[in-house]
Amino acid sequence: MSPEVVLPIIIPLFAGALTLAFWRSTFYQRWISLFATFALLGAGVWLLESTREAGFVVMQMGGWAAPFGITIVADLLSAIMIVLTGIIGVAIAIYSMADTPDKHQKFGYFPLMHLLLAGVSGSFLAGDIFNLFVWFEVMLLASFALLTLGGERSQMEGAIKYVTLNLFSSAIFLSAIGLLYGMVGTLNMADIGDKLSQVEHTGMVNVLAMMFLISFGIKAAAFPLFFWLPASYHTPLVGVSALFAGLLTKVGVYALYRIFTLIFIGDTEFTHTILLWIAVLTMLTGVLGAAAQFEFRRILSFHIVSQIGYMLLGLALFTPLAIIGGVFYIMHHIIVKTNLFLISGVVYRLLGSYDLKKLGGVYKHRPGLAILFLVPALSLAGLPPLSGFFAKFLVIRAGLEVEAWVATAIALLVGLLTLYSMIKIWAEVFWKKLPEGIDDSRLTGKKTDKQLWVMLIPVVGLTVCTLYIGLNGEPIYQLASEAADQLLNPAGYIEAVLGERP
Amino acid sequence: MDDNKPKIMTFNTLILHTAALFLLPLQLIFSVFLLLRGHDEPGGGFIAGLVASGAFVLYLFAHGVASTREIMRVEPRDLLALGLLLGLAAMFPGMLNGEAFLTAQWWEFSLGDTQVKLSTVLIFDIGVYFAVLGTILTIVMSLTESEE
Repeated sequence: MSPEVVLPIIIPLFAGALTLAFWRSTFYQRWISLFATFALLGAGVWLLESTREAGFVVMQMGGWAAPFGITIVADLLSAIMIVLTGIIGVAIAIYSMADTPDKHQKFGYFPLMHLLLAGVSGSFLAGDIFNLFVWFEVMLLASFALLTLGGERSQMEGAIKYVTLNLFSSAIFLSAIGLLYGMVGTLNMADIGDKLSQVEHTGMVNVLAMMFLISFGIKAAAFPLFFWLPASYHTPLVGVSALFAGLLTKVGVYALYRIFTLIFIGDTEFTHTILLWIAVLTMLTGVLGAAAQFEFRRILSFHIVSQIGYMLLGLALFTPLAIIGGVFYIMHHIIVKTNLFLISGVVYRLLGSYDLKKLGGVYKHRPGLAILFLVPALSLAGLPPLSGFFAKFLVIRAGLEVEAWVATAIALLVGLLTLYSMIKIWAEVFWKKLPEGIDDSRLTGKKTDKQLWVMLIPVVGLTVCTLYIGLNGEPIYQLASEAADQLLNPAGYIEAVLGERP
Repeated sequence: MDDNKPKIMTFNTLILHTAALFLLPLQLIFSVFLLLRGHDEPGGGFIAGLVASGAFVLYLFAHGVASTREIMRVEPRDLLALGLLLGLAAMFPGMLNGEAFLTAQWWEFSLGDTQVKLSTVLIFDIGVYFAVLGTILTIVMSLTESEE
């Protein structure tokens, strides 16, 4: 009996129902949200503790034994992801206290946010591939609604691309599950992993692997079907896009890590080579797309795409060091990216625009904010001693070890171009003079904004996390390496779910 | 006023008006019957919730939103929240007995000649009933109100 493994799903579900019950009062909704996200973080830390102790935490829902019942299972990777979900949840809950218009709150901003968190946590903990699909859908449903809250024209335009492509991906996912079930007769991921090693039709297995790759690739915004992301992430509220940027695509990445270390490992020559090229092209197209943009959040959105490439590169190289690098990268990226989006929101609050050409002079009046931007921005670009440096270093070193020269060279180049993008934002938003005719009364402090400091709390908190990961990399590296160990030895996972067998 | 604009649909026919009044309680009773019958036989919270919302929607078509709100006395959104909370509450009794979440708990006792079986599954089903009822009425009422 270990409740910590279901708590990360139940807490947000419960908070969602509770905030819905308090739909008349935004005051209660905000405080419930704050409390619930802290509880989620607490449950995540508890789960991480017990997975570190026991290796795996498994619960069979309703007492129905695997592989027939629904299995909820956490290994270290899941637990790490849940902790990160909790951190981002807390950051967004605090940020939303200051920066959510009443209209959004009235139409269910907080219940939807919790539903999204429940979907994300559920995806990380699902031990059954059909349940993974269901949690994906829960998450997408909430994200569709959050994306269109407010109902502006640009939001609708972005949402159409987002919804269409994600539904397409879900359809492929579902067909792949059907075919897989027809082949092995089970939906439990551990059981599938076990049975698939005995199946002979490797051709068909590879077809299935590609179907899953396309489906999760779309959700992770990997090349070539990533364009829904930069088309939609800059349209909703900043809190929403920060939440999406931190968590949603990473669920796709997590799913890829799960199935390509547990299920489709029979023909890595084929599958992981394709993954490698997808990773390389994702990195490159993302960063080149960002170079052409002049809108704060669009630049950041394109960088999500390019960073996804690094995570996939870690998976594709498939050596212990590469997987460690990939896991490290996910941890670093979720925190940094959410932070950058939140900072774009603070700048918007001060100057009323996301367009780099209409921004400027922030460093002169708010040097503190400029430094808060510089830490995650340089970390994203991979400058030592920040968290991004170690993440990139691990992946690139793993690339050199297996002599994947082209991939490694491109990874280095992309790092450089990321730096270019971040410097562009720095120069335009923080360094250059504010263009004439822009209202700077909030920036210079003539008009006081009492809620601004509330928005800065999560920014400071996430920056501290980035610094902590960077300056105190050893324990984080240890954690990532334990997680990678588990991923590379799927037998442990299978045994934990299905029990000891003769 | 523009006469070409389609009028809001309120069917002012005497037959519908009267029928809705009589059908509402009948349908509600039937929905409760479906709900309680649901565990071993066809029925259950979802379909019962649909039947109950059908009853209110029929009344709404005949008498309008305002009077439907009046006879319902509760906000549909509250029903939705109540339903969700009940559904979630059904997860916990199993845990208190040291079993996994969602494990069904049964209480059997005899009332006169009949055996009564109560369970957490029933609580869950009642939760589904209210959630479905609340969701559908929220949607229908907001659509009707935005048209008015």
